[in-house]
Amino acid sequence: MSQTFIIDGKTVPFEEGQTIIQAATKAGVFIPHLCYHPDFKPHGSCKLCTVKVNGRQTASCTMRAMAGMVVESDTEEINAERRALTQMLFVEGNHFCPSCEQSGNCQLQATAYHLGMMSPHYDHFFPNRPVDASHPEVLLDFNRCILCSLCVRASRDVDGKNVFALSGRGITTHLIVNAKSGQLADTNFTLDDKAAHVCPVGVILRKRKGFAVPIGERTYDKQPISGTVDAVTEGH
Amino acid sequence: MNAPTKKLKVATTSLAGCFGCHMSFLDIDERLFTLLDYIEFDRSPLTDIKHCSPDCDIGIIEGGLCNAENVHVLREFRKNCKVLIAIGACAINGGLPAQRNHLPLTTILEEVYHTSPGLANGMIPNDPELPLPLDKVHPIHEVVKIDYFIPGCPPSGDAIWKVLTDLLAGREPELGHGLMHYD
Repeated sequence: MSQTFIIDGKTVPFEEGQTIIQAATKAGVFIPHLCYHPDFKPHGSCKLCTVKVNGRQTASCTMRAMAGMVVESDTEEINAERRALTQMLFVEGNHFCPSCEQSGNCQLQATAYHLGMMSPHYDHFFPNRPVDASHPEVLLDFNRCILCSLCVRASRDVDGKNVFALSGRGITTHLIVNAKSGQLADTNFTLDDKAAHVCPVGVILRKRKGFAVPIGERTYDKQPISGTVDAVTEGH
Repeated sequence: MNAPTKKLKVATTSLAGCFGCHMSFLDIDERLFTLLDYIEFDRSPLTDIKHCSPDCDIGIIEGGLCNAENVHVLREFRKNCKVLIAIGACAINGGLPAQRNHLPLTTILEEVYHTSPGLANGMIPNDPELPLPLDKVHPIHEVVKIDYFIPGCPPSGDAIWKVLTDLLAGREPELGHGLMHYD
């Protein structure tokens, strides 16, 4: 017999070793997240998946489920904090949705919709982040990077190439390309890489395909991100 | 909703915007007639009234702040309107005009008026009537308090209608899936 815990009043079964978000997802309970992806080891950095476990906040992508724990997720208090985190992600980068190829397929945008984010609230940083268009098949637009590290993990753990890395500390942390020139064209990155398909926002973009599916007919135009608990994989 | 005895005064303006949000406002189509049972327009491109009455109820602002005049107009709206609504991407995060923000203003003016191919004897406009551009384009909530936001580029007529009717009915405006768009 499997063990259970309670999330927002619902009893959820889990197997030994599963994290809260894994068990919740399997049971059809959506927990907002950006740096978590079911195919990779959790990073625990975006904090969007924060829940309250027995009254204390923790990241549900790193916390193992335990029998009898009481988890709060979809509450006004926690969603307000998630919304504030999302607003900070928006003002720290340059997120101009109307001119972004990923609009409608973007998990950051869809999460903001889900959380009812009507404005960015904070003052914008408007950072200067030049794009890397050197690669023949892929464009890197760093303006939208939220430092989820999914491309870093995919390239390192799946592709075995280590094409990407996070460099710097604190507010100066940024995504870099591991090449002497710093250019994607000078790596062995290809479109077949797992890393080419995990970006939850619009940084890693396949060239010449940006508007193959028109705005208004994209993944999260059709259904909210909460509509599919397997949203991470369905977004691509 | 029953028609009120006193109509609400609504003022609108476009700052560093493209009037697309105003066009989308007109996309509420025949619902404009219903709306006019509840509101009257004050300062707006629709009336050509040049300044806000001191007793406006709702101010609707399209566009961000790219020059000094935008800031003056925004402050006039804040002073004279009880409720300010930011409408559209540019008012909310600067939008397309703010994509110049990573470049120094001097570089932009130099390129546009001096070094672009095909320019002869170009000069940077300096007529005193022209408002001075700001160093960076700013969303309007960075300068005055904004009460409500309608995101979208532009927001659909349905989204605008939803927020306005929510407000007129005394409800907290809410855009669900399908009406909530940043693009």
